[in-house]
Amino acid sequence: MATETSTETSAGQERPAHRRRRGGRLGAFLFATPLRRHLVLAVLAMVAVSVALESTDAFRNGQLAAMAYFGIAAGGLTVLVGLNGQISLGHGAFMAIGAYTAALMLRGENPLPLAVVLVAAAAVALAAGALVGVAAARLHGPYLAGATLALAVAVPGIPLHFSGVLGGEQGLTVRVPAVPDWFADAVFFVTGQDPGRSRYLGYVGWFCLVVTFVLLANLARGRVGRTWRAVRDNEVAAELAGIDLGRARVLAFVVSATCAGLAGGLLALSARIAAPSGFTLSLSLLLLSAIVLGGLGSLPGALVGAALLTFLPQLATTLGQDLGLSDVRAAELAPLAYGLVTMLVVLFAPSGIAGWVRRRRTSPSSSPVPSGRHET
Amino acid sequence: MPDIDGADTAGAGFAMAGVSVAFGGLVALSDVSLEVPPNRVLGVIGPNGAGKTTLFNVACGFVRPDAGELWWRGERHDRLRPHRLAGLGIARTLQDLGLFEHLTVLENVMVGAGRHARTTFWSSLLALPGHTREERALADRAGAVLDRLGIADLADRTPAGLPYPVRKRVALARALVAEPRLLLLDEPASGLSGEEMAEIGELIRGLTDRMSVMLVEHHMDLVMSVCDDIVVLDFGRVIARGRPEEVREDPAVLAAYLGEDVPAEPGRSTC
Ligand SMILES: Nc1ncnc2c1ncn2[C@@H]1O[C@H](COP(=O)(O)OP(=O)(O)O)[C@@H](O)[C@H]1O
Ligand SMILES: [Mg+2]
Repeated sequence: MATETSTETSAGQERPAHRRRRGGRLGAFLFATPLRRHLVLAVLAMVAVSVALESTDAFRNGQLAAMAYFGIAAGGLTVLVGLNGQISLGHGAFMAIGAYTAALMLRGENPLPLAVVLVAAAAVALAAGALVGVAAARLHGPYLAGATLALAVAVPGIPLHFSGVLGGEQGLTVRVPAVPDWFADAVFFVTGQDPGRSRYLGYVGWFCLVVTFVLLANLARGRVGRTWRAVRDNEVAAELAGIDLGRARVLAFVVSATCAGLAGGLLALSARIAAPSGFTLSLSLLLLSAIVLGGLGSLPGALVGAALLTFLPQLATTLGQDLGLSDVRAAELAPLAYGLVTMLVVLFAPSGIAGWVRRRRTSPSSSPVPSGRHET
Repeated sequence: MPDIDGADTAGAGFAMAGVSVAFGGLVALSDVSLEVPPNRVLGVIGPNGAGKTTLFNVACGFVRPDAGELWWRGERHDRLRPHRLAGLGIARTLQDLGLFEHLTVLENVMVGAGRHARTTFWSSLLALPGHTREERALADRAGAVLDRLGIADLADRTPAGLPYPVRKRVALARALVAEPRLLLLDEPASGLSGEEMAEIGELIRGLTDRMSVMLVEHHMDLVMSVCDDIVVLDFGRVIARGRPEEVREDPAVLAAYLGEDVPAEPGRSTC
């Protein structure tokens, strides 16, 4: 939606560059402020999501729910890595914290409403993120990578030590709350079908994703995001401009960890379990590779990365089966396909898939001014 | 207030009194005192390794002095933190410019305008109208400064690939947009042509109705024409101070610095 047609560009040249507006009256109204822009996109996204969820079966609904929680975690991570230049190899740990929080809160006979549970999952991860972030703000490059790596390795070990409360190796099973009546009624009213639990979780996940992305996009577009990018680009100059480097870094880390916590809560619901095996180091690394594939610092890129994480393994397996491979052999294709895509992206689209799309879209109009990096 | 070595610490300007810095055994600054009264331009000159950059770093809180006092507008600030400088009304340009390479020129300058921003994290998170209005105001403020420096047409570009003199203007705009009371300029003329240098000199003189300026510079022409007062450093000590015409004649300066055949030689960068 950020496309500028060539006529608009030439019309905008009289006005100062920073006051250039997009054309069309309705467009002008809907896109006048970043918030309106993001909300319009959010509504469109929700419509697309309901079409997708309603036209697919329970299995696909589950996959879409998974894409949603991967997307939320990747969105938070891409803000941290892409906009603020910090690395985290340990975001799986924050997902674990969110997942266990949700699992614990859903255990009793009368659990709290799902919204409260998910907010709590995010809040506990926020607190953990603040603790880790304070340490992270002092570390650079390989030290930060090492510290967050240790986090990714250590956190899944915690349930083993407190197996009484956290269920040890087996983990905690998660009871998914019943679909609320008002929701079932609303869906029935529109589609004439009763939504199953996986469809319900699909809606919940994508609603959370859309809300998260609107908030992240607001941050990225505004002063906070600019501050993060300034710190990433030049610490000394940022400090001289009045930015407290430590505060900016901790804030980015906290925002990012909060997203991961929410994603973890949703993962626990979808998987119906929170267990150490779900949060191995490879989860953290996959998240990181997803945002690199999508394009660092780009929220659409994070979504593309999440889609790859979710659908590529199954796509590769199905392809393998179609080619006559045994099921076991076909399953082995998944990491291969993922590696292949990674290689192709690194070779041909170093700024990620989102960056590549953006360039394809802007280059034919050959605007004389390179658009630089616009991360939202 | 005490007067140390003639630095008027109680004044409304910026002052350093008896500042000493040693790196290990190496004395970078030794008992340096200077003052920048309001609306005046102080030039700091001296040969390579004299301690000029260290002096700036002390003034910005990047280097904590072993001894001495820092005064700003009548208050003592011995524990300066760099990120508090902007709030105190002090801005500095960096010799290597330190532009935010992946931000647009306008955004670069908007970051410098952060001092004028009031809204919170939450209003940014929710993109509240107040935040959006403030963003527009910051953009206008930044745009106005770019306009004044004649680079408004480059607002949407990233600094990468812009010619060096233009990049210097972006860095200057980022410092000026904060509307500081004291501007520290690290080699504002290096890498500029004679014509551009004259322009920058005029620009600096034009700032004095709003702020004081302290600059480190190697182009004697510029220093002599722009500065009200000059402090000459050599091996971390002040060897001369005074008005340009006095310093020019000072035998100690001639021996230590001017004798090196530096005066009019452009592009000699030592910071
Ligand atoms: N961070 C530092 N650590 C050790 N020595 C330093 C440091 N910064 C500067 N110096 C030394 O202090 C002296 C003064 O340096 P500097 O202030 O950069 O001089 P100038 O800017 O006048 O060329 C030089 O001898 C330099 O090598
Ligand atoms: Mg120097």
